[in-house]
Amino acid sequence: MSRIEKRFTALSEKNQSAFISFVMGGDPNYDASLDLIKALPKAGVDIIEIGMPFTDPMADGPAIQLAGTRAIKGGQTLKKTLDLVAAFRKADDETPVVLMGYYNPIFNHGVEAFIADAKASGIDGLIVVDLPPEEDDELCVPARAAGLDFIRLATPTTDEKRLPKVLENNSGFVYYVSITGITGAATPDGETVGKAVAAIKEKTDLPVAVGFGVSTPDQAAEIAKVADGVVVGSAIVRAMADALTVAGPPKKSFQKDTISTVKKLANATKRARK
Amino acid sequence: MNAHAPNSFRTGPDEKGRFGSFGGRFVAETLMPLILELEAAYNEARQERSFKAEMENLWRNYVGRPSPLYFAPRLTEHCGGAKIYLKRDELNHTGAHKINNVLGQILLAKRMGKTRIIAETGAGQHGVATATVCAKFGLKCVVYMGATDVERQKPNVFRMKLLGAEIVPVTSGRSTLKDAMNEALRDWVTNVEDTFYCIGTVAGPHPYPGMVRDFQSVIGWEAKGQMKHAEGRLPDVLVACIGGGSNAMGLFHPFLDDADVRIIGVEAGGKGVDTEEHAASLTGGRPGVLHGNRTYLLQDEDGQIKEAHSISAGLDYPGIGPEHSWLKEQERVEYVSVTDDEALKAFTLCCEMEGIIPALEPSHALAHVTKIAPDMDKDQVLLLNMCGRGDKDIFTVAEALGTEI
Repeated sequence: MSRIEKRFTALSEKNQSAFISFVMGGDPNYDASLDLIKALPKAGVDIIEIGMPFTDPMADGPAIQLAGTRAIKGGQTLKKTLDLVAAFRKADDETPVVLMGYYNPIFNHGVEAFIADAKASGIDGLIVVDLPPEEDDELCVPARAAGLDFIRLATPTTDEKRLPKVLENNSGFVYYVSITGITGAATPDGETVGKAVAAIKEKTDLPVAVGFGVSTPDQAAEIAKVADGVVVGSAIVRAMADALTVAGPPKKSFQKDTISTVKKLANATKRARK
Repeated sequence: MNAHAPNSFRTGPDEKGRFGSFGGRFVAETLMPLILELEAAYNEARQERSFKAEMENLWRNYVGRPSPLYFAPRLTEHCGGAKIYLKRDELNHTGAHKINNVLGQILLAKRMGKTRIIAETGAGQHGVATATVCAKFGLKCVVYMGATDVERQKPNVFRMKLLGAEIVPVTSGRSTLKDAMNEALRDWVTNVEDTFYCIGTVAGPHPYPGMVRDFQSVIGWEAKGQMKHAEGRLPDVLVACIGGGSNAMGLFHPFLDDADVRIIGVEAGGKGVDTEEHAASLTGGRPGVLHGNRTYLLQDEDGQIKEAHSISAGLDYPGIGPEHSWLKEQERVEYVSVTDDEALKAFTLCCEMEGIIPALEPSHALAHVTKIAPDMDKDQVLLLNMCGRGDKDIFTVAEALGTEI
């Protein structure tokens, strides 16, 4: 059983939704980012998503765009993001880690080399925003053959006819994008999301996590009632940005402030069904 | 030419939107249903006589097509070699070839029932063309433009505003054309119901590269007929400038299977392709994935996209249409580059020799013509695509020449 599957199974036995956090790898720099990521499981994070910074993140809103820019300025590269996970894995062999980003840095690294390096670093799954099912031969098929989960985005524009195609090579979990729009933009309403999640679950046994636009503990709780996982990215990244000075090293309170935001969201997610 | 050349260079893209390994559909899932819908709508429209008839009517009566094919006698004499002809697409309404494509896409948007048009623009020519056609049809128009370009292209910004378009200055990334395209894609992801994204060049996800090329191919088809009339044969050499590459694709495509026609694309070499400041993706880049397609890109060792540089804002893009990448690898088209300084000299030369103020973009093509024409025979024929007029560039040129207006 993969780490992702184990984690969802354990949580579903407790009747809990998974709390999935997104942080940008290397934001604001490698060391601070590693410290923060190491602290996430204790703060209640069930699955860690780590962003691979890219200059042209076409599906991301301002918060995550800026996080990527900070990370690149801080010297982050794809190789360093792989190193980050390898360093995290030395102390934690259970928390699933999913890399999220765009295809060009991976294509540039070489698909075969990337898959081998990702496996060696202890990465469990990949979310690559600009690889729809139509481009599965690029990375999805070889990654899955190597035992990496390929987590697909389903969106409000994915209609009944298209859904089977989206689910076909999907593994690990399904990431339902709750709004049409960019990350962190709008607020989804629980009832609509619940219906969409139910429609997806009719067609697959995979867990369904919901993200894009979930930013407060109340929203997280509302989503946790209807989905197997809640993904929060922009709100955490914004909390980090608030704790960062514009230039120079991060404030001392940087990690504490960010973790406090993470805890509130994680607790709301865990208590939602009680 | 490549030993394994295909039977025809004109059959692409394939059903996956590929030209060889280039092109494709590298977009977020939210956009996938939209580009599939667009592809189906375009395939239907292109079969219909009424669609083509409406477009041809507007090309003739609104744009002023066909654009003339002009023999440039003094340029020819100055170079002392091949006869130089100019395809005068700078005489089109709005001053460039961009409107050929915009008309096609807006007619398609209307057929699809879309009421809001978005576009990205660099120099502002595609933005002006889109704002123009939207005004004509009473459609809402939003143009994304890098904040840096808004500042350096003020006349075009005002033009778009006069035409009723909303201009959104883009401050994300490095505030230029590439970032404007990211922001337009973000808008499209958000407004999927009513919005049509009118892309200005032969890039983006399938079906855009092939569709934009088809609309721009009117340039090449006209030139072919006009050249036969003028010279009784095809030209020996075609030359066009390349940013994203739409004017070049439009001229080249109808000639790709005419093996005797040598075809040359001219990229913006900025301060030199051996410096960090140029926009020559084919000469100085390598394959990657950006804005929905695989193509040659300017990028660093980590696969991060680099900023392009050119004196001409219209060539200031770190990528290139995927079909050009394929034609380069097939060795059907030669790709060269010309520096800012060489383009400026050609700009001045064209003003003085032919009474035509060219845009800085085709000035790059002209600079290359002045390099090769002298070595060609006097009975050989060279055709240059004069894809835009230079009114928009007078401030940039004045600054470069150290003149105050």
